[in-house]
Amino acid sequence: MHMADALITPVVGGTMWAVTASLTVYCAHKVKEDLDERKVPLMGVLGAFIFAAQMINFTIPATGSSGHLGGGMILAILLGPHAAFLVMASILTVQALFFADGGLLALGCNIFNLGFFPCFLAYPFIYRKIAGDDPTKARLITGATLASIIALQLGAFGVVLETIASNISELPFSTFVLLMQPIHLAIGIVEGLVTAAVITFVWNARPEILRMAHERITGDFSMKKVLAGLAIVAVLTGGIFSWFASAHPDGLEWAMFHTSGAEELEPGANAAYEVLAGVQEKTAFMPDYGFRETASGGDEGEEAEESWPAVNAGTTTAGLVGGFLTLLLAGLIGFTLKHIGRTRETITGA
Amino acid sequence: MTKVETVLGSMNGMNGLSRGNTFIRHLDPRAMLITAMAFIVVVTSFGKYDILGLLPLVIYPVSLMALGNVSFRSIGKKLVYVSPFAIVIGIFNPLFDNQILVQIGDVGISGGWVSFGAIMIKFVLTVSVALILVALSGFEEICHALVKLKVPKVFVSQLLFMHRYIYVMADEASRMVRAHTLRSFKRRGMKISVFCSIISQLLLRTLDRAHRIHTAMVSRGFAGEIPVMHGLKAAPGDVAFVLLWSAFFVLARLYNLPQWLGFFVMEGLT
Repeated sequence: MHMADALITPVVGGTMWAVTASLTVYCAHKVKEDLDERKVPLMGVLGAFIFAAQMINFTIPATGSSGHLGGGMILAILLGPHAAFLVMASILTVQALFFADGGLLALGCNIFNLGFFPCFLAYPFIYRKIAGDDPTKARLITGATLASIIALQLGAFGVVLETIASNISELPFSTFVLLMQPIHLAIGIVEGLVTAAVITFVWNARPEILRMAHERITGDFSMKKVLAGLAIVAVLTGGIFSWFASAHPDGLEWAMFHTSGAEELEPGANAAYEVLAGVQEKTAFMPDYGFRETASGGDEGEEAEESWPAVNAGTTTAGLVGGFLTLLLAGLIGFTLKHIGRTRETITGA
Repeated sequence: MTKVETVLGSMNGMNGLSRGNTFIRHLDPRAMLITAMAFIVVVTSFGKYDILGLLPLVIYPVSLMALGNVSFRSIGKKLVYVSPFAIVIGIFNPLFDNQILVQIGDVGISGGWVSFGAIMIKFVLTVSVALILVALSGFEEICHALVKLKVPKVFVSQLLFMHRYIYVMADEASRMVRAHTLRSFKRRGMKISVFCSIISQLLLRTLDRAHRIHTAMVSRGFAGEIPVMHGLKAAPGDVAFVLLWSAFFVLARLYNLPQWLGFFVMEGLT
């Protein structure tokens, strides 16, 4: 369920980065405030545990496919929301760097989808409410299962919203929701059952661990503060980014027209770039590059108004030739650099 | 070899994959990190049909791999392994967007295929740059860079701590899985009930280990914060690296270089 960089725009990725970064700073502050130094190694080792557990696959009955643990709820139950969020964020960062799961720009989205929902919504509002302060086995099972299912549903919905807001995938909202939610309901049920089984096992074998975790996670948790803070950050960053996006198509494109001296381009033509507004207009395959016309003093204004699809044989051929040559050039640069490096190594070695 | 061992081997191999004593390995990890982020933002800012404009950006990962002696094959393997999500979401584009966008001779290519192509190129570029970052700088250096870039210390300590213990816990998990495999003969996969008890046992061992580690740390003077070394100093070469590459990214974003190249060549031929 990891979002990929290729499916999001910098506006969505940047906004989610800002939101996640503020959450990380807030959680780091809370964990430090706790002054419970036992938590530092516990967080590190539990992160490693989730990582190791995710490498073990189990067979999903009657489907023939296999699944693995997500782990967000187990972390929240054992560590509390703030520390669990940091652990989840660290797991996803390592996954993005080492396994290319998701990507660096999508990291904000992924941490939010897989960290915020289980730690800050499902844990305090479902698990804690059901499990209560003095949990019984039945309450633990119900709470852990339900919280895992709902956390995963919310996470999957987060993926849908982020993808739709980016407007890179052509999937309509309803189709995407119908595709994601049922699959993640099934995954959520399995995740919920595994979480419940693990929590029950710990409850039977070492009940003091869960009791201590419950006591340690004090009741000073203020969801209002978290949500208000998040809303402010999201609105500010989203607002600033989208202002750039709409005022200057996508900033750089705007600069291009200015540097090429085509000031007469009407603001209306920029609507195609209003990403957040969700305007799904199409730009030409190689937009705004009627090189021949520009070189011979052609009218840029007229060219800019050229409606889609701008199927132009000359432009297409030039594009194909240019694209091929660019890749050839990139390969050549790589080959030369590698060759130079080897020669230098041989000289140094000698 | 169990899956755990395979994953662990691949992770170990990725960290500082780059061979040799090349100058690129001595660059400040902050310079690498900032340039990588600038690259990813520029790549993702391209329009959904702008395949051509993206192509010059291939030069960045290719140059880094060549300069750092990073094997193209190992990065390629990882790309193939993680590509399904981008493919699954992207493949719907050709279904929903059928209007012909490019005409090559008699063959018309729909907007959906063009945007699918753009998604895949963006995917290859962004993912390979993230992998190259770890391969060239190494994980611990990236963590030092994060501290210098004012990321909360608790989070960086968590990253370092977890990275250290992933190998220990995965080794433990690997032994448990192997013990199960040896006792389950030809049965493929693991029953969910067995999985739950293995995971739970692993969790108990983890908690015990955390307790032992904590005791050991306290006995060595640990007082709540893991010290992180601050040995980074930006050299003029690091600044030049960031500025020159960023300038190239902006240039590639502003001007459709392949299109220009194509026109120049075609004009020269005719």
